[in-house]
Amino acid sequence: MAPPRTTPKLPGKSLFNRASGALPTKKTRTRYWVVFSLMLALALSFSFGLLAWDNPMPVGSDGFWLIAQMRGSSILTMAIVAFCQAVATVSFQTVTNNRIITPSIMGFESLYIAVQTASVFFMGAAGVVALQGIWQFTLQVAIMVVLACLLYGWLLSGKLGNIQIMLLVGIILGAGLGSISTFMQRMLSPSEFDILTAKLFGSMNNADMSYMPVAIPLILIAGFFLISNSRKMNIVALGRDTTMNLGINHRTEVMRTLFFVSILMAVSTALVGPMTFLGFLVATLAYQLADTYDHRFVFPIAFLTGFVVLSGAYFVMKNIFYAQGAVSIIIEAVGGITFLIFILRKGRL
Amino acid sequence: MITLTEVHKKYSSEVTIGPVTLEIPTGGITALVGPNGAGKSTMLTMVGRLLGIDSGTIEVAGYDVTSTASKDLAKIVSILRQENHFVTRLTVRQLVAFGRFPHSKGRLTTTDEEIISRSIDFLDLAELEGRYLDQLSGGQRQRAYVAMVLAQDTETVLLDEPLNNLDMKHSVLMMQHLKRAAQELNRTIVIVLHDINFAGHYSDYICAMKHGKVVQFGTPERIMNDEILSEVFETPVQVIDGPNGPLAVYY
Repeated sequence: MAPPRTTPKLPGKSLFNRASGALPTKKTRTRYWVVFSLMLALALSFSFGLLAWDNPMPVGSDGFWLIAQMRGSSILTMAIVAFCQAVATVSFQTVTNNRIITPSIMGFESLYIAVQTASVFFMGAAGVVALQGIWQFTLQVAIMVVLACLLYGWLLSGKLGNIQIMLLVGIILGAGLGSISTFMQRMLSPSEFDILTAKLFGSMNNADMSYMPVAIPLILIAGFFLISNSRKMNIVALGRDTTMNLGINHRTEVMRTLFFVSILMAVSTALVGPMTFLGFLVATLAYQLADTYDHRFVFPIAFLTGFVVLSGAYFVMKNIFYAQGAVSIIIEAVGGITFLIFILRKGRL
Repeated sequence: MITLTEVHKKYSSEVTIGPVTLEIPTGGITALVGPNGAGKSTMLTMVGRLLGIDSGTIEVAGYDVTSTASKDLAKIVSILRQENHFVTRLTVRQLVAFGRFPHSKGRLTTTDEEIISRSIDFLDLAELEGRYLDQLSGGQRQRAYVAMVLAQDTETVLLDEPLNNLDMKHSVLMMQHLKRAAQELNRTIVIVLHDINFAGHYSDYICAMKHGKVVQFGTPERIMNDEILSEVFETPVQVIDGPNGPLAVYY
């Protein structure tokens, strides 16, 4: 069998130090936990800031908590959106083996826009109201998940089964739905269009707290599966051949992951509207910050980054620039610019 | 031992692999040679169950590759493809550690760490184990991939053109490493090679393929012969006696 180790020990490198693992050296470990604590501290201080800033009551009094509670709902929404976008994007990038795409391009957002536009187009301003309510929310999530699963199932099972084609079809479907929406928007009256526009910018204020009993269990289940599957995801990230060589059924993993990703994306989109570049921004930053391949360490950082970006942007826009509505636009702009810089620097898709 | 029985794979009406019936003995290095498009890599990927077969059976060490669970097969046979591009940023040691996944499911024990260290040392990568793959040269990276499949600790190792993109020195070193792995670690190594002289010198058996079929199988002494090589490669080949055994001259 194998010969005894013949390599002489390198100076200062004992056998004990020869450990594998996501964070192999002391330096990377320290760095990771410093970054983690920093992000956690930022997240907590932004949440506290959002609750307490401009709160006329003294901290700790009953009145303070009453006001804080009302503001708390938007913090909960941010946490949910950050979680959905972060976990979904990181997982999606892993199974597609591509670090620059986001699940939003699979047509979720266009579908959301098309549904919203169609409701206003066919039912007028009353249509927006008709789309509110827990059943409508559930239905909207269900439609998006079913559509995504049909697309994945159909495109990944066929003879041409490959992820590139699936992405391409997703983008084309999205573009098609987008044109239909634009066409309908053209024919709306200005006041109806105004109502619609307010719905089409991703906004934390779109979220209705009555949706939470459906949204939270859904994302907990999907999130639990994706995060607990981290060790397998580390392998799937190496591509199909290596994954299969190591004894994992690549197709099953990809399909299962895409199913849960579609749930997360559908919940996030149905809750607050389109957030095209948030996921990309968060995942890219998370990989830079965590500096490891291991999903067990990337997921928490991605979630915290997402929350810090969202809450930070809200805090700054609300309390410094008094322009709360522009937050998602700002995030999209920053995310989009990051995306462009990333592509230009990397020079390829 | 790898046994292929009436293996058949159809791509289109013109391109088919098989029927191939072949027995690759346990131990040593078996080289798959043949002209481009002969189906060497395809056959290797079918044995490594990365590609399904249309009919016939493939058995590795007595296990049918189509019916045995993939996670069990991963402890019996490992395969390394030619193109390895990872989006993930990994150090050499992290990559090699992935080879232990079929055994440890990602939770590395001290035994795993020892095997990882041994594979790394075996391919002389000890000094590079903390480096990231994108900081390595092509030859070093190729060695890291091979270390990963060795860490998988399978009886059978399939390698698809591991000498691709390696210069003379690194090709020789790689073949020496593989030869040692076959002898000292008791592995059965099946390898796709383009250079017939590498096959002739380092392998224990040569399997020559052409048009999707196995045309010759035997020891290098038997295959390294003017008529057989000229016929397999469809080009005039002359075998002469070199300082270290027969040499095929074809340019």
